[in-house]
Amino acid sequence: MRRDVFQAIADPTRRAILTLIALHAMTPNAIAEHFDISRQAVSKHLRILNECELVKQEQQGREIYYQLEIEKIKEVDKWLEQFRKIWETRFSQLDDLLSQLKSGKK
Amino acid sequence: MHHLQFDFLVDKEKNTITVKREFAAGRQLVWDCHTKSELLDQWFAPQPLMTKTRSMDFREGGHWLYAMVAPDGTEYWGRTDYIRISPIDYYTALDGFCDASGTLNPDLPRAEWEVTFTDMDTHALVQTIVAYKSLADLETVIAMGMKEGLTSTLERLDSLLLTLNK
Repeated sequence: MRRDVFQAIADPTRRAILTLIALHAMTPNAIAEHFDISRQAVSKHLRILNECELVKQEQQGREIYYQLEIEKIKEVDKWLEQFRKIWETRFSQLDDLLSQLKSGKK
Repeated sequence: MHHLQFDFLVDKEKNTITVKREFAAGRQLVWDCHTKSELLDQWFAPQPLMTKTRSMDFREGGHWLYAMVAPDGTEYWGRTDYIRISPIDYYTALDGFCDASGTLNPDLPRAEWEVTFTDMDTHALVQTIVAYKSLADLETVIAMGMKEGLTSTLERLDSLLLTLNK
């Protein structure tokens, strides 16, 4: 599941779509107007984003609107936060080593 | 205690992580800690992992072969190939996962490291830029850490340290 999310956002067009609909919900046609690719290609990208729950669909009359699934985006950020923790731990270990080395010299 | 600068920036467009950190020591000593294996062994792997060097050849074209060893004895081998070195200003390297003999695992992502050292009064500032080929690569690396339960262990360690400090 998580694998899919990251594969989904590894694609530059899909990232652009996410950025676009972050502002407000849009129909596939409106989204397609922003890209030099076919309406079919846009639909395929939307399907992938929908499958990994990065976007959600909402029916309004005859039109389907796509909007960002905020919780899922937050999950991605959470992962990066773990990476940050690894660096924090690593560097606080280096702090300890440096103070040991400095006191050893004195 | 003086608060040491720590910045962690993720650029999801360029797939880079930039870590800036100030250290309460001179540039030469901080450089040594990054480039001498006997010193790297003492800090590089985040607890509870331990670093174990098999070989170190710190020169352009040379590499560092090391393992991160889990408390249960599991070894995760890595090698860092040095590309450009300019003591004590910067070095660039290509990081990767391998086996105990240093043969790279082609299925796992490699990242390019650019580590720059600058003076900040009596302190040193280290900027590490880690660049992945794609965000998916970056995720693979994070996922590996998650899988090993690194996170929960780190959290346990945090609470242990709090207890010990009291």
